[in-house]
Amino acid sequence: MKIVVGHLFPDYLNIYADRGNIAVLTRRAAWRGHEVEVRALGAGDEIRPGAHDLFYVGGGQDREQELIAPALAALGPALQDAVGEGAAALAVCGGYQLFGRFYRDQSGDELPGAGLLPLHTVAGERRMIGDVLLECELEPGEQRTLAGFENHAGRTVLEDGAEPLGRVLAGFGNDGESGFEGCRAGRVLGTYLHGPLLPRNPWLADWLLAQALAHRTGGDPLELEPLADELEGEAHAVSADRARTRGGRF
Amino acid sequence: MRAPLALEIALARGAARLSRLAGTGGGTTLPGKLLWKLDPGAVDRLAARLPHGSAVISATNGKTTTAAMAARILEPSMRLAHNRAGANLVSGVASALVAARDAELGLFEVDEAALPEVAGRLSPRAVSLGNLFRDQLDRYGELELVAQRWREMASALPRASTLVANADDPQLGAIASERHGSVVFGLDDPRHASPELQHAADSKWCVRCGTPYEYAAAYIGHLGDYRCPSCGHARPPLDVAAREIELHGLESVSFSLDTPEGSTRVALQVPGLYNVYNALAAATLARGLGASLDAIAAGLQGFSAAFGRFERIQLDERSLLVLLIKNPAGANEVVRTLVAGGAPGLLLVALNDEIADGRDVSWIWDVDFEPLLGSLRRLIATGERAAELALRFKYAGFAEDAIEVVPSLEAALDRGLELTPPGGELTALPTYTAMLALRDLVARRGFVKPYWEQAA
Repeated sequence: MKIVVGHLFPDYLNIYADRGNIAVLTRRAAWRGHEVEVRALGAGDEIRPGAHDLFYVGGGQDREQELIAPALAALGPALQDAVGEGAAALAVCGGYQLFGRFYRDQSGDELPGAGLLPLHTVAGERRMIGDVLLECELEPGEQRTLAGFENHAGRTVLEDGAEPLGRVLAGFGNDGESGFEGCRAGRVLGTYLHGPLLPRNPWLADWLLAQALAHRTGGDPLELEPLADELEGEAHAVSADRARTRGGRF
Repeated sequence: MRAPLALEIALARGAARLSRLAGTGGGTTLPGKLLWKLDPGAVDRLAARLPHGSAVISATNGKTTTAAMAARILEPSMRLAHNRAGANLVSGVASALVAARDAELGLFEVDEAALPEVAGRLSPRAVSLGNLFRDQLDRYGELELVAQRWREMASALPRASTLVANADDPQLGAIASERHGSVVFGLDDPRHASPELQHAADSKWCVRCGTPYEYAAAYIGHLGDYRCPSCGHARPPLDVAAREIELHGLESVSFSLDTPEGSTRVALQVPGLYNVYNALAAATLARGLGASLDAIAAGLQGFSAAFGRFERIQLDERSLLVLLIKNPAGANEVVRTLVAGGAPGLLLVALNDEIADGRDVSWIWDVDFEPLLGSLRRLIATGERAAELALRFKYAGFAEDAIEVVPSLEAALDRGLELTPPGGELTALPTYTAMLALRDLVARRGFVKPYWEQAA
């Protein structure tokens, strides 16, 4: 089956190896006999209803975020419609901030967000930099860990009732205080974790692919055929260990 | 103030000897750290004693090589204080000042983040800015921030100082344009342009108005001949240029060095376009310090390789080729050079994640390793983050059963040599601390001198 990924502003938001995440989605789909087609989405592009099964937006520095924030916000209503009818999304780092309501940067300027996640972000004085380990439960009763690296000045505040992506076991997370990281709204996930995220957390790549396939077929997400993930497991273990021994804290 | 300074220097020199005697390293930063602790102002006073003053070199990529090339040009005519082993924070500069007793000129490569402080203390006669790429964002923060600090540093330089900058880097071209009397260099040979802007290009948007630049030629990352179609910000006219560039695989590169004083053909004994940039930076800096065109050409042609950067080490019947990788732009050039020389079938890549390597290893995913895959038969992935590196190649489409994950560097080196036939060469791509460890391993086996002896 073919899965269409809409990659938002790949020329601008690509600072932390975002193409690694795309490569993992593409390969892991191909190893199960599915094809991933990645379409770049930029300023003024039309997002037709049902055309994309999964959206991806990566990280950028303040300057890149400033350059594209208005154009991304303009795509907000179309993106909201798309996820409203079941498309999945992963937003990382700068893209995570811009998926919220707004991002107020260090100079006090407010960048508009796409409004896909119930949160906003305000840049703080000190950057939160280091390895991170999270505990997530995307499916009831299935506890999993996510290991990654964070580097952000923004403090992200979830609105009342918003669901975080995970609980912080080590590292800063959304704001260094709440003990939570990221945000989840249905099939839309946002996180500060790069590294890139998916190679060392293949279960999350498979979860996203399952949601995308479910969108394509109109059915429920099915479990994907397991793959030999020994290298991935090793990389996860080293990264998790780094977070435990030297993850960031104030 | 004289007596205390002399005492401090004596103490610091003693510390370097102790460090070497204790076998803890070369003492390349210890005396400087000590001096720094005792009296930070001592660095300023030591530098002020140099009769020909100081010159400093910074860049994301090529600092060590550029400084080594400049040293080669300047050494015949004056005695240098030079932090050759790459200890490039304030403490490393202080150590080099302490160690060089009768130096006439200070020649220092300086860490990007440390440059404003070092320039403030040294009041250098000349400052060379080579390039700015994304590198260790976990340590430096955002690229724009480094550029902003450099801009402030440049405007605070004494009036008599010469600013030398790479015009092909939009950020640096803009900094140079803001300072009267700056001297800029660049490449001018579109035959060697990349067909498209590389993934690792960073400053792709006009530094003034944010519009994407149009490139008449992009050479490495975002370095090239750019122009903003909207506001007109463009590469400034080149004072010093490399033209008619001829690349000769892994062996060498030659070019015409065009300066206001005339032109000369330079044949470098190191390969790649990135070394043409390093040579231009060294030549322009040396010119600013009074070196003649003949001295510049002779120095560049006599240069072989800087420590761990394209260094060939003979190990009995086999040789080891060491190419440092540390960020996407630099690693891409290593890959490009290897491919031009006939890419190897066996490769050892070592990924560490110490502070000097960058604790965030995500950068390996932004390196274009793919051109190597066509001829690669076996990969030995080693270092503290060996598994992560193996994943980079696996998800690039390289067969998992052709990857050996050997986290121990020593075991990986032995395995690599075992797979290399007698008379053959093992190619190793280590990150910074892995490079030091690898050299240490072959030094303990008696094949190279420890770095502090080589640096002396």
